[in-house]
Amino acid sequence: MLETSSQAIPTIDASTFPRLLLRNARIRGDLPAIREKDLGIWQTWTWAQVYDEVRAFACGLAALGFKRGMTLAVIGDNRPRLYWAMAAAQCLGGIPVPLYQDAPAADMCYVLDDAEVDFAIAEDQEQVDKLFEIKQTLPLASHLSHIVVDYERGLRHYTQSELHGYAKIQELGCQFDREHPDFFLHEVETGSAQETAVILYTSGTTGKPKGVCHSHQAMLATTNTLVTFDQLNQQDNILCYLPLAWIGDFLYSYAQSLYTGLCLNCPESPQTVMTDLREIGPSYYFGPPRIYENILTQVMIRIEDASWIKRKMFHHFMAVAKRVGLRILNREQGIGIADRLSYALGELLVYGPLKNVLGFSRVKVAYTGGEAIGPDLFDFYRSIGINLKQLYGMTETCVTICMQTSGDVKLDTVGKPMAGVEVKIAADGEVLVRSQGLMQGYFKREDATAEAIDADGYFHTGDAGLFDRDGHLKIIDRAKDVGKMADGTMFAPKYIENKLKFFPFIKEAVAFGDGRKECTAFVNIDMDAVGNWAERRGISYSGYTDLASQQAVYDLIHDCVEKVNADLAQDALLSNSQICRFLILHKELDPDDDELTRTRKVRRRFIADKYAVLIDALYMGKTSQYIETQVKFEDGRQGKVSADLKIRDAKTFIETRKAA
Amino acid sequence: MTEKRKIGDVILDLQGISLSFGGVRALTDISFDVRQHEIRSIIGPNGAGKSSMLNVINGVYHPQQGSIVFRGEKRKAMNPTRVARQGIARTFQNIALFKGMSVLDNIMTGRNTKMRNGLFSNAIWLGKARDEEMKHRRKVEEVIDFLEIQHIRKTPVGRLPYGLQKRVELARALAAEPEMLLLDEPMAGMNLEEKQDMCRFILDVNDEFGTTIVLIEHDMGVVMDISDRVVVLDYGKKIGDGTPDEVMHNPDVINAYLGTSH
Repeated sequence: MLETSSQAIPTIDASTFPRLLLRNARIRGDLPAIREKDLGIWQTWTWAQVYDEVRAFACGLAALGFKRGMTLAVIGDNRPRLYWAMAAAQCLGGIPVPLYQDAPAADMCYVLDDAEVDFAIAEDQEQVDKLFEIKQTLPLASHLSHIVVDYERGLRHYTQSELHGYAKIQELGCQFDREHPDFFLHEVETGSAQETAVILYTSGTTGKPKGVCHSHQAMLATTNTLVTFDQLNQQDNILCYLPLAWIGDFLYSYAQSLYTGLCLNCPESPQTVMTDLREIGPSYYFGPPRIYENILTQVMIRIEDASWIKRKMFHHFMAVAKRVGLRILNREQGIGIADRLSYALGELLVYGPLKNVLGFSRVKVAYTGGEAIGPDLFDFYRSIGINLKQLYGMTETCVTICMQTSGDVKLDTVGKPMAGVEVKIAADGEVLVRSQGLMQGYFKREDATAEAIDADGYFHTGDAGLFDRDGHLKIIDRAKDVGKMADGTMFAPKYIENKLKFFPFIKEAVAFGDGRKECTAFVNIDMDAVGNWAERRGISYSGYTDLASQQAVYDLIHDCVEKVNADLAQDALLSNSQICRFLILHKELDPDDDELTRTRKVRRRFIADKYAVLIDALYMGKTSQYIETQVKFEDGRQGKVSADLKIRDAKTFIETRKAA
Repeated sequence: MTEKRKIGDVILDLQGISLSFGGVRALTDISFDVRQHEIRSIIGPNGAGKSSMLNVINGVYHPQQGSIVFRGEKRKAMNPTRVARQGIARTFQNIALFKGMSVLDNIMTGRNTKMRNGLFSNAIWLGKARDEEMKHRRKVEEVIDFLEIQHIRKTPVGRLPYGLQKRVELARALAAEPEMLLLDEPMAGMNLEEKQDMCRFILDVNDEFGTTIVLIEHDMGVVMDISDRVVVLDYGKKIGDGTPDEVMHNPDVINAYLGTSH
């Protein structure tokens, strides 16, 4: 399965991000580059204005002593000024290092130190406080000598000399620019495509985070592939709401915007994303499955609360969509006139208004990636006419390994390899990748880089996968997580967990079974969905722990587990890993307690250690187990939750292979 | 914070206030003052007369005895509207919002005392009325931004959880750009996180706008943390007055709270 690239790197004057900015200011200076909602009104900056903003800030940084090769930490939500700061650093030959804004101080400390950060830009007081807290404990590699803040509220009485307001730096920059008029353009000229454009820290399901270095060349070559693939242009709109520290945002928002001139839209606040989505109506949308799931859950809750006419209408036309919508989207032939008419009526009465409310009216393509997506979820969006597709990739490869082509979409694969990407399956099933979008290496970690990229230039993804008959890649699980049951059959925990998580009532699940005779699982209920379900039935509860321990809720989850078992029983490879016993955890798994990564992936080993007593109880066949757990609250305090957890047996099924 | 807010001169002076309803003496000979830019708390057990005190400042109740001097001017009989015009805004112990109206509209009502155009010109939406509404809307949006409630701008108040309703009420009071803000148990019925948020907002209001704040509160922890000075009432009498530290060590106050024999 090899494909080679025919895509050359774009013309010379577009070889780095700063040069793209110059180009955009020149050829589309009057077009909108970025918007932000402020005091309830969308404010727009054109490319010419963005250029001025970036230039002023870059010169300001230079005046403070920012030099080529230095790093700039960027901490906060998706704000125009933070994007400009990244561009400004790049203009000076520096490297932006975006951080997860919700990370606690201790996690940030490691990254700041590792990246040797001297300059940081922070969104607001909350982040500034965190930085000052960190500064006291920082080892020597990072000095954090300048902190620029975007939103100055609450900082009036801060007297630390390291702290600067954003506008102040721009003022300083304008003055510097007048005194050294050639400086800025000279710096942009000096920058080369081989230099590092950004360092993105991987969340790390195991061990400490590693800084992934990407060059301008790799990023822009990948962007070119993406833009050609979906034919994006300056007319497009993207809502940027995903963390800056995540490659997805850097690539889909920042890089695509500079490359094509499309307009970025920053939400008013993280809580208003849904409203902003509706107001902007983006044409390109990306989100992890979790977000699509949240949207669907919200819709379902609202529908259940609607009047019976609306409810009837919704369910009737959703059934039509399920029957016809997918085939229409896949451009299949032979759909009857009656079906087409009823679908058109549905579009008028249900799908259209629904897409409008969700902000999906103008979406050309929507992507999901990072995790497997549930069949019901995936089909729901596609059946109402949203071109939702899956993709596969990781930070180290600039995402973009495989993407589904419009009209050639399958639920359980991630599509074919992209142009310029070579994918190989190793003997042990691991997916290997070689492409122009590959990272330069891990920052200051030659050892780890050598481990990840072999002598032939193939990157080892750590995922186990296979190609199906049509050349689509199918990802099974993390290679190191795939284990064997005691009888030697394959055990792929994530596969089972995903099946569980496809039920709206289950938010998170952890399956155990490697080296054991039977498979068991922990379950986290979805507070919104189960809460609403309970309310409807008049079940009262005081909080998560209480709700999770209710008999009725156990029955509900029990049903889900048995459905998964029935499903697993049809798969020859996996019918042995049916879930024999399960329990509902007394607390939600949380990144603050290190149980999930910041991108909300389960940290399997950590959980197995932390809840060892529960696992033992599951395998000893107990009916309940007492547990007390330390938790970290959002304000940083520690507390304890305790509960007597019930353990349930679930019915398993004998292998019943479906007739093909 | 490294620098303390600057506390100014006395802005409100209450002397010998007595208030009774028929035979019930709600307040007996109470005197205290409030300085500009300070956070002044009134505490006391249930039925101590705290809310009555606030209603006296607010012009809802008229004390039978005593004098009230606001900004150097002795107050005659007053109604709440006039007090509001003078720059005193308040929130209520049991939320008093318009449940069916959106958050935005509720906060907009806080601008009521500042609106200049008459019913007629507003009704036919004349140029002047439009300009004025835009001006008011801008101010309201600033308050929304300040209290971080952008996400519920268009939500009917009745659908919001209690903690957010309290915040909307504070927003409405702030929209009036008051010089003095009276808060009647702003944290009652809140969970810890909501309380912390509310504390931060109160401190921020005080700090950013220099608003003088008079606050009634049950949660002693909160009061001691954020107040500059505290008045303690019990059975309508003042039993303590001073900094949080002084009040905490005052034997009368300890008695009133721990309930030794009266």
